[in-house]
Amino acid sequence: MSILVNKDSKVIIQGLGKTGYFHTDKALAYGTQMVGAVHPGRGGELEHFEGATDHSGVAGRPDNYSIDLPIFNTVAEAVEATGATASVVYVPPPFAADAIMEAAAAGLKLVITITEGIPINDMVIVKRYLEGKNTRLVGPNCPGVITPHECKIGIMPGYIHQGGKIGVVSRSGTLTYEAVHQLSNNGLGQTTAVGIGGDPVNGTNFVDVLELFNNDPETEGVIMIGEIGGSAEEEAATWIKANMNKPVAGFIAGATAPAGKRMGHAGAIIAGGKGTAADKIAALESAGVVMAPTPTDMGSAMLEAMKRAGRA
Amino acid sequence: MKIHEYQAKELMKARGITVPEGRVATTFDEAVAAVRPLVESSGNKVVVVKSQIHAGGRGKGRFIEQPDTAGVNVVLDGLNGGIKAAEQKVHELAKKMLGSTLVTVQTGPEGKQVNRLYIEQGIDIERELYLSIVLDRATGRNLMMASTEGGTEIEEVAANTPEKILRETIDPAIGLADFQARRLAFGLGLAGDAFKNGVKFMKALTKAATELDTDLVEINPLVVTKSGKVMALDGKMGFDGNALYRHPNVVEMRDLSEEDPAEVEAGKYGLSFIKLDGNIGCLVNGAGLAMSTMDIIKHEGGEPANFLDVGGGASTENVTAAFKIITKDPNVKGIFVNIFGGIMRCDVIANGIVAAVKEVGLAVPLVVRLEGTNVELGKQIIDESGLNVISASDMKDGAKKIVELAQ
Repeated sequence: MSILVNKDSKVIIQGLGKTGYFHTDKALAYGTQMVGAVHPGRGGELEHFEGATDHSGVAGRPDNYSIDLPIFNTVAEAVEATGATASVVYVPPPFAADAIMEAAAAGLKLVITITEGIPINDMVIVKRYLEGKNTRLVGPNCPGVITPHECKIGIMPGYIHQGGKIGVVSRSGTLTYEAVHQLSNNGLGQTTAVGIGGDPVNGTNFVDVLELFNNDPETEGVIMIGEIGGSAEEEAATWIKANMNKPVAGFIAGATAPAGKRMGHAGAIIAGGKGTAADKIAALESAGVVMAPTPTDMGSAMLEAMKRAGRA
Repeated sequence: MKIHEYQAKELMKARGITVPEGRVATTFDEAVAAVRPLVESSGNKVVVVKSQIHAGGRGKGRFIEQPDTAGVNVVLDGLNGGIKAAEQKVHELAKKMLGSTLVTVQTGPEGKQVNRLYIEQGIDIERELYLSIVLDRATGRNLMMASTEGGTEIEEVAANTPEKILRETIDPAIGLADFQARRLAFGLGLAGDAFKNGVKFMKALTKAATELDTDLVEINPLVVTKSGKVMALDGKMGFDGNALYRHPNVVEMRDLSEEDPAEVEAGKYGLSFIKLDGNIGCLVNGAGLAMSTMDIIKHEGGEPANFLDVGGGASTENVTAAFKIITKDPNVKGIFVNIFGGIMRCDVIANGIVAAVKEVGLAVPLVVRLEGTNVELGKQIIDESGLNVISASDMKDGAKKIVELAQ
């Protein structure tokens, strides 16, 4: 078990530009079931991928892969032809919002958006469009989602991941890698690692992912990595206190960041004085989360949380 | 991206939002020349001389060179002395203000040089209110906030009398509905013409904010005049950097003299850079990792000289540019490169560093920590370059080493 993606996930890619091509190739090397691509105007073509298998991914495959990926003009056609249930969006920022809505309209259950730099108002519209639809958006501006040795969707380096018992959820891409790497090194490993993205308006928040991990029988503990700004971490702390039945460790980036550089002047009002690293750390600690004092201590904080809960 | 008050008012005026009449001036002569047409068209003999800088609190701000002069001045001389007297006073003020350094609560003690003045018609103010549109992250929607406490910092109102802040969430499919605007206008105690004008103002402002992709619009104060007009006496607008590509007219309004030169230079290479006060230069990939690299340097007893995220798509040239920007800062006594490659490959970083050092030399210690995509190749490039680089096993090790070496 895992959350969001597993060995049976069938994935299409939207936006087969340079970045999309590069990471589709990496995903195929990892063993992800990439089943098609959507690129308006190139429908009917095939895109060829071949190379050396990444053996840190899905086990029991030959040393090389050679795959012709069918390209479709629309997401609906791709879904119909391939039975895909998830898509990954690499479409450039001006067109990414439309790509997400197209994926939702085609009935995809999971849309993972890697694109960085989507206008905020576009995401406000996307979020409104997704209301009442059965589509989960992860991202944008995120590294993606990976269930080690089963399915890698996104831009994370596959080899640092190791199957195991910890769920990882993070607003930051590179800090996710940092946490994953430490969890692989100390033997805890990961069930699934989810990057929810650093944008102010995103599809999936900490609470959504915490709830999924809480209900996943294989996940024994969770590490959440937040950063300054907004109040998502405070909301997560409240939820953890009330609902979480598994040990949680955490880290907040930006304790020394200068105030006002990232957060708009009046933006802080809505949060009612929340948003600083100190507030977030205090909120999470009061919910019983073991906080890592530095990013190098994330793995050991998780181990400590597991020990306290009698799980390690 | 930020713009000046006079530019925000231009954008508002073009979208049917009522603002006072005004003229921008960069010389004494232009300032004086603005007075007559303003007085004649408005019929009001009072004019206001306002410093144009990208920081708030100008009214209460003072100039370093002219400690008795405020950042915003109301000129009453025209009331008794006529236009000539008003012009004379404006000339006097312009001489004191233009080229001088204004210090406000938002500029920091070093202040900001005033290069432009905005000369505006006087207004018969009856009430001062507050109005803003900001993103509410919790709902993923924009929010209009209004308050009767105009002219006061909204943070202060939120802290002391939060019940005086009214809020309406804006549905992107609808905009600000009439009933929402009415609710706010009633809440502000508007009546008669002021009520009608207030509703109109709020709806037009919401439309403008959406159309222009602002990330902040703040009208403080929003004033009600004695004749029932509702207008923006001050106007602050910030723009979503991600959406600037569709607003070339807004991009033209950018005033680079208001921004840190190193940050501007970094922006040209797609680097996210913020200058800080410490002595350890940081070159990192990813905003979260860049922030926590600063955190861990502080944790080890050092002070970061900057925040620098090279981003995921950076080329060797971008990395070289980043390295040069860091080494340009005379405070920098050591550099810490901290990379966990995902989309960013370690070999690209390594090539960029080697190229930069070959070009500009290396006068300070350099600690490099590489992990992730193509890490072996990256390490090999650095090893074979013969550069005097200290390698770190993880970020704590790297932070410890650079803090020691930079002392």
